[in-house]
Amino acid sequence: MNLTELLDVAAAEKARQRPIKVHCCTSTGCRSANATAVMGNLQQAVENENLSDQVEVIGVGCMGFCGRGPLVQIDPQDDLYEEVTPEDAPSIIEALNGGSAKSIKGDAQHPFFARQMKIVRQHSGKVDPERIESYIALGGYQSLFKVLYEMEPVDVVGEIQQSGLRGRGGGGYPTGLKWATVAKMPGNQKYVICNGDEGDPGAFMDRSVLESDPHLVLEGMAIAGYAIGANHGYIYVRAEYPLAIKRLQKAIQQAKKYGLLGSQVFDSPFDFKVDIRIGAGAFVCGEETALIQSIEGGRGNPVPRPPYPAEKGLYGCPTLINNVETFANITSIIREGADWYASIGTENSKGTKVFALTGKIRNNGLIEVPMGITLREIVEDMGGGVPDGEVKAVQTGGPSGGCIPASMLDTPVDYDSLRAIGSMMGSGGMVVMDHTTSMVEIAQFYMEFCRGETCGKCVPCRTGTVQLYALLTKLLKRQATAADLEKLEALCLMVRDTSLCGLGQSAPNPVLSTLKYFRQEYDDLLVQPAYLNGTSSAAEAVTL
Amino acid sequence: MDKIKFATIWLAGCSGCHMSFLDLDEFLIDLADLVDVVYSPVGCDLKDYPEGVDVCLVEGAVANEDNLELIYQVRRRTQTLIAFGDCAVTANVPAMRNMLREGAKPVLERGYLELADENPHLPHAPGIVPELLDRVLPVHEVVPIDIFMPGCPPSADRIRATLEPLLQGQQPAMVGRDMIKFG
Amino acid sequence: MAVKTLKIDDIDVAIEAGATLLQAAQEAGVPIPKLCAMKGISSIGACRLCLVEVEGINKLLPACVTEVAEGMVVHTQTPKLQEYRRMTVELIFAEGNHVCSICVANGNCELQDVAIEVGMDHSRFTYRFPDRGVDLSHPSFGIDHNRCILCTRCVRVCDEVEGAHVWDVANRGAACYIVSGLNQPWGEVSACTSCGKCVDACPTGAIFRKGETTGEKQRDRDKFAFLSTAREKREWTR
Repeated sequence: MNLTELLDVAAAEKARQRPIKVHCCTSTGCRSANATAVMGNLQQAVENENLSDQVEVIGVGCMGFCGRGPLVQIDPQDDLYEEVTPEDAPSIIEALNGGSAKSIKGDAQHPFFARQMKIVRQHSGKVDPERIESYIALGGYQSLFKVLYEMEPVDVVGEIQQSGLRGRGGGGYPTGLKWATVAKMPGNQKYVICNGDEGDPGAFMDRSVLESDPHLVLEGMAIAGYAIGANHGYIYVRAEYPLAIKRLQKAIQQAKKYGLLGSQVFDSPFDFKVDIRIGAGAFVCGEETALIQSIEGGRGNPVPRPPYPAEKGLYGCPTLINNVETFANITSIIREGADWYASIGTENSKGTKVFALTGKIRNNGLIEVPMGITLREIVEDMGGGVPDGEVKAVQTGGPSGGCIPASMLDTPVDYDSLRAIGSMMGSGGMVVMDHTTSMVEIAQFYMEFCRGETCGKCVPCRTGTVQLYALLTKLLKRQATAADLEKLEALCLMVRDTSLCGLGQSAPNPVLSTLKYFRQEYDDLLVQPAYLNGTSSAAEAVTL
Repeated sequence: MDKIKFATIWLAGCSGCHMSFLDLDEFLIDLADLVDVVYSPVGCDLKDYPEGVDVCLVEGAVANEDNLELIYQVRRRTQTLIAFGDCAVTANVPAMRNMLREGAKPVLERGYLELADENPHLPHAPGIVPELLDRVLPVHEVVPIDIFMPGCPPSADRIRATLEPLLQGQQPAMVGRDMIKFG
Repeated sequence: MAVKTLKIDDIDVAIEAGATLLQAAQEAGVPIPKLCAMKGISSIGACRLCLVEVEGINKLLPACVTEVAEGMVVHTQTPKLQEYRRMTVELIFAEGNHVCSICVANGNCELQDVAIEVGMDHSRFTYRFPDRGVDLSHPSFGIDHNRCILCTRCVRVCDEVEGAHVWDVANRGAACYIVSGLNQPWGEVSACTSCGKCVDACPTGAIFRKGETTGEKQRDRDKFAFLSTAREKREWTR
């Protein structure tokens, strides 16, 4: 494969395509609402209406408005249909032939769509994730060709550094600096790892990217491999994402067939092979050192850093490990340039961020917004606010993050601002809560999650989370005294400061942030010690 | 100066801590000069725990309703409460039934039904035989404790080293192997 | 060989590059509590008791896996560290069934020693009383999971020194336990050579010799450091 051949594939694909494209979402969310049957009926209707010459039905990835799925979108007229049923699906095709559609017509210009800026999700909902030709027709793999033939590895690293891209897994470590570190490490064997072990409750950004546009991630990984001198990459995907795994497998096979992955990519001396590793359902394997242990076949336990994976990672070799969304940004930076990317966002947080907007909110789904947008714009304008009542708090960062009170909704969404108010960007979960939500219950929910997901290696995380959960439960059972609340706070700080890995270090965050902003709710639950009021009701100990 | 009002109580324990207390030997005579023993299973015969007690040693864990009622009263009426021995501090051996998870039922059935030689029946006499609590608890999980004196039992030396400073109005230093080793 | 100099609790120490802070502290005579670290096997930084403060670094660092660096200024006994260590020990005591009075290791137990060292006179955390089981299927030894603190010394000593890898950790979080073979009774694990290294390595009374009394409970922990030097440097006497 060379550039001419790549462009030929793109041209042939464009020639094959029909003028009217009916995009039907086939991602997990819409699938669970019967999208596969919708798509079948759409295809059947095209045949029945004799429109096969002008209309094609394309199974695509996520369009974002998951709360209203299954979604069908038609180009070029940009018509959107929501909550399409298999029965009503044929009427959408009939409408193209002068009939009338029975399905709910959505507003494609709604702020939910209009306020978005799509880089990571640029092809989502347009590209057929199961056909590489569809990706190539949209300019796919041209960035990889560009770096292989027009750039030195050091220039690629420089471009990423200049772009200001930061890790999208949650930590926000500068991506370019990480690449530069691995690139400069001595050693012949290096690895690239894509972390797709997304596990925060309510978060599904990475799943959507992998299901909707797998080649975008693969191309990003290959560019990284060239930049740092690695010939082998791994994608670690959790087993709970079967569709993402299936589509990735297909994508890797197709890319290998075209010579875009494997030996001598684009007929150059660069080799890059990608293997999939499937996680066995442990949240902690999203932590990079645990993930590496798991790829090696060991128990998914984090190990102390340093040494960082950049120095000593997979099989003891220098390893670059980035999140799915981070890799999905790479092709655009190469294509449009670092300066373009750096012009988006805020001073220290560049580009866009994908969020999974869920909870007590009208418009549920996936959004991609420029950094620096305020929480209020996301929740009220794009999300349409709370159905009945008002926003009480927004939770970002999942079990590692915190609850932001409604009074701080004007905070801009960027790494540093969120951290400054006791939460974090996290991987992109954003859960909206209204007045019916008890913040102590929320804290207990996340602590229950961490208690179940701690690997058990280090003492504070293994047993501190159990005690924290017990104290929160005691509070909610109205058996806790002021001394218990004091103990809760002290233990939170201890678990945060002494745990081995990020899971334990951040596990107390939901408690600490709700204590900071909603302390009254904790105080309201406190009771007097039993001995003071003379009751002799048997002390009902909280069972651990 | 009034004598220090001194008490000891015995909850769910084996009385070994009290035996160790009696091991204080001749110090008991010195002690008798300094304190009034106002309540104790080994030191006096009063049935009601009085008001205004200065120091009380609490042996044993909280295992039944009687223990619970007494410790609530003791806490309200005592200045300095000392968890005396491992049962009071950790619930120790009496609490090993907590592992069985189903409250007091498994131990009662084992003791009074399965192992009974004749006439197996569960004890039930409200107001006479106190009901067992579901879980046996260390004393500080029920009321605040001022000083912890671990040991199974604490040696007479450890008891003396704890009491002597208290009698002089000072806090004992509960540190080091001699003072806080469990077991 | 390069040497690094550093300051631990105001004591100047010079030690070879590559050494850990724990080794340097031992050299300086500064005691740092620890439970999972043991000479002769790899260090994993799991018990978090050996955390220390290093000036200029805002995180607490585990001394057992942190390499010395030139000019480091280390504090091992700040009030924060003392409080966190005590909480750590309390959490361990509350997690299992550590009933010292009926344990064969009473008076010969590292967990008990550490509790004294950090000044723990009681646990502020609720005792959990888990029902974890005892395995007495091995002819010579037994394992009482109720007394296990999951330090994984037995796992490492069996894997790294004996080479049998009889032990590993099963499950996760609060459900973690030390598992023998393929979750078989210990006595049925053919890989076990009955060498007893795990008995010597165990800091508590969790792994014990059958029939041994409290008075007889003795361990030979120096054996592991000796074996490791013997194999690496061919020094076969001690």
